[in-house]
Amino acid sequence: MSDNSLFAGIDIGSSFTKAILINAEKKVVGLSVVHSGINLRDAAYKALEESLSTEKKKNQVKNIVTTGFGRKNAHLEDFSISNITEISCSAKAAKYLYPKDDITIIDIGGQDTKIIKIKGGKRFSFKMNRKCAAGTGTFLEELALKLRIDLKELNHLGEQSRNPVKISSYCTVFAGTEILSRIREGAKVEDMVRGAFYSIVNRVIEIDSLDNRVVLTGGVIAHNPVIVNIFEELLGKSVSVPQSPQSFVALGAAIYANEGQNK
Amino acid sequence: MTPENEIKSAHELRKIATEYYQNLDKASKDPRKNIAWCSSVGPAELLLAFDYNVYYPENHTAILGASRSANKYIPVAVAQGYSPEICSYLTSDIGAYIKKETGLKRAYGIEKVPKPDILIYNTNQCRDVQDWFKYYAKEFQVPILGINSPTFIDELSNTHVKTVEEQIKKISETLEKITDQSFERKKLELRLQLSLECSNKWNSVLETASSIPSPLTFFDGCIHMLPAVVLRGTEIAVEYYDKLEQELKLRIENGIAAVVEESFRCFWEGMPIWGKLRALSNQFSELKTCIVASTYCNSWIFSDFNPQEPFRSMAKAYTELFINRSESSKEKYLKKMMDKFSVDGMIYHNARTCPNNSNTNYGMPKRLQNQTGIPSLQIDADLNDLNVYSEEQTKTNIEAFIEQLAGI
Repeated sequence: MSDNSLFAGIDIGSSFTKAILINAEKKVVGLSVVHSGINLRDAAYKALEESLSTEKKKNQVKNIVTTGFGRKNAHLEDFSISNITEISCSAKAAKYLYPKDDITIIDIGGQDTKIIKIKGGKRFSFKMNRKCAAGTGTFLEELALKLRIDLKELNHLGEQSRNPVKISSYCTVFAGTEILSRIREGAKVEDMVRGAFYSIVNRVIEIDSLDNRVVLTGGVIAHNPVIVNIFEELLGKSVSVPQSPQSFVALGAAIYANEGQNK
Repeated sequence: MTPENEIKSAHELRKIATEYYQNLDKASKDPRKNIAWCSSVGPAELLLAFDYNVYYPENHTAILGASRSANKYIPVAVAQGYSPEICSYLTSDIGAYIKKETGLKRAYGIEKVPKPDILIYNTNQCRDVQDWFKYYAKEFQVPILGINSPTFIDELSNTHVKTVEEQIKKISETLEKITDQSFERKKLELRLQLSLECSNKWNSVLETASSIPSPLTFFDGCIHMLPAVVLRGTEIAVEYYDKLEQELKLRIENGIAAVVEESFRCFWEGMPIWGKLRALSNQFSELKTCIVASTYCNSWIFSDFNPQEPFRSMAKAYTELFINRSESSKEKYLKKMMDKFSVDGMIYHNARTCPNNSNTNYGMPKRLQNQTGIPSLQIDADLNDLNVYSEEQTKTNIEAFIEQLAGI
């Protein structure tokens, strides 16, 4: 008799909540991304429901691991649930997808950026951006707001640029002012956008050394693949991007759920 | 800490602290008594030998930090031209003074800080104490004396010690003139003897944490260090640490741990985050992690005091402090501590306004991790300014670090 058990990982981030369902063989069978909003429990529930298809029922979900900023806010009744930090979940997913390599994960989220290192199959170190939104998705949100363009247009604009403008300011708010000054001086919007992508990558590179196999994950990478090219250009080597970079952390949580990891 | 495993001596400590501040308050109202303000690692024994009642502004400002009222006062000092990037002890304390408020009121029912007759600092810990005390010298129109210590010392040399010794002797001569009182060597010898005993006892107290499980945490140490700071050179401090040591040894005998089911042992490098002491203590306890030792609490161990050589030994003890040393000297010390306290992980507090007591800026955490294999975590925060503290990020970082230690 086949085991129809399902295991869910739910990553409740500051901007989006991501859910991944895997089966007993750790194969991904469902995935969803919803806005986190202000009710994190509702967001977690909605993400879980959307990851289930008509033929997969809630009662098949044997175990859930929540992670991310809101990991302790998702009290989903009727489920066996525990929580593990997004840093551990990220490392878990990397070890699962790239089992043979020493890895440096760069995860760029809405409000924080993390660099996690795995050596010899073990998490060796991790670092987060300091108390500042430079080098995170919020920087891009501020840019889009200042330029009055849709966030979804940023990647396309960044790809069109041939002469990116250098943005000097570390501060997201001051960078906004700098962007407006450059526009008034005649800079093209696409060059400003690509300049902002360079700024993010430069902030990330400062957090830690990026050695071994570099894996890029997180919502900013998922929606702006142009950043991958900039990383490769500045690091002088190719980097890896998993199939669903935004749901990478949720995948790690789902694997923990599958393995029955609890704290 | 649960009621079952709380340190009983804390009640005695409360009494001692109250009496200390009430005595200062009384002295400030008695024209026959003199009050000296002294930096926390300044030459307190000399002041006591000249019969001063000694007040330590750093303890006052730590009270502002611990009561989470510092951020009410920092902007007041900033508006006077002090940068928010400089020592938040200074800005909190001066801000409270300008607002005519004190942390002593809520803590001990005392209306205002005792007015100084003299101020004495030592730059062994930082230059900020000098600027801090100069503000008050001008405000109160009282003399200010200082020791300018050599800094970034690798191996302490005779030249280093002699430079400081001469300055302390000169201060003694100046105090003779100011107080119209002759220096009495016997009095200084007695004060140094008491400080030495206090220091040795405090060291023994902190060393009980090398037991597994530990009977106390760094967070306990931050509370129980008060006598070593403000009452060294007195019998009160010696007696207190004698009792505390006995209690802790009894806890070891009875297997009473400060952190129930202690699973991990970490070292805290840098200043406390005063306003988050309890929150952090609780989080580490929940994670079954004991912060067993720190550079901060150990800063009030002065093993080199020697009543037979009062000036020279004071110079030596006050100059060889951890904070005053070179990177390589600090690294040697930290490696020794990691080993002595069987540490699983290092936690470095990068205090935004205290670069002098933050050791994260020149690559030390990475170097030590590479040398020892012991992982480290950096927390970006501050001693008093909670505006630069991101609570959620810090909580996640700590939790993820302990998960890493647990191999999750």
